[in-house]
Amino acid sequence: MKVRAVIKLKDGVLDPQGEAIRHALGTLGFDGIENVRQGKIIELDLAESDSQKAEAEVQQMCEALLANTVIESYEVELP
Amino acid sequence: MKAAVLVFPGSNCDRGLAMAFKNAGFKVEMVWHKDAELPAGVDIVGVPGGFSFGDYLRSGAIAARSPIVGALMAHVKKGGHAIGICNGFQVLLETGLLPGALMRNAGIRFICKSVELEVATTDSDFTRCYAHGSTATFPIAHRDGNYQATEEIRAALSSEDRIAFRYKTDINGSVDRIAGILSENRRVLGLMPHPERAADPVLGLTDGAVLFNACSAAAANA
Repeated sequence: MKVRAVIKLKDGVLDPQGEAIRHALGTLGFDGIENVRQGKIIELDLAESDSQKAEAEVQQMCEALLANTVIESYEVELP
Repeated sequence: MKAAVLVFPGSNCDRGLAMAFKNAGFKVEMVWHKDAELPAGVDIVGVPGGFSFGDYLRSGAIAARSPIVGALMAHVKKGGHAIGICNGFQVLLETGLLPGALMRNAGIRFICKSVELEVATTDSDFTRCYAHGSTATFPIAHRDGNYQATEEIRAALSSEDRIAFRYKTDINGSVDRIAGILSENRRVLGLMPHPERAADPVLGLTDGAVLFNACSAAAANA
């Protein structure tokens, strides 16, 4: 089963990379962008076929390694 | 007196840190990340700068989960000393031994230059030999040195006198211009600037030697 962990900076945490992306888009003529937040997607191909178990497992992975919960939030997306 | 310097794939300040410990009177052992134990009788563990595991995932994140860091945690739990410099500071934050997080510099760029720091507390085995409020000049070389922490953590660091070094001017966006912090028991120091690159007259800077000499004095008295 393919599961995705979507990791973003928490709301309120300053995102200098997002700000640089917003600025670069502005120079390309994309106006009206009020805010850009960037993050990462980690795709995991699991042997587990039970979606509840897979979700719980990936949540544990996020807590243990994939996200730094001091500054990042995560969401687990099932297929 | 014995110091251990941890070595990860991508560490590049390990030998400089070992030299700084040696010059301060320590016997130094280099310890590979896959080892699960520190050498017997280690007084202080140095977590060096560099780009451990290529900064993959997050700076310091993979190194913080390596076998030797389990041994480092046990050493700290027993009251042992540890210092994490630059990537080593990032590793210590990822382990939770120190609070907060280091994010991308506010100006995005990698910054490599010598900076002036305020010695914000002399109440630690690392900073005891500096004059209170004095200035120390250490080089910095980092892209993820923007220290961030919650209001609660900032208040605790401040009220418990655990901010060890502050940048004299805002360098990278760090809250309260924090460059280095101490653990609750004051025996773990994490800092972004490189005292080991300022610990020999040959390098043109010597303010860092004061820190390593203070560490050896503490180990000698232990």
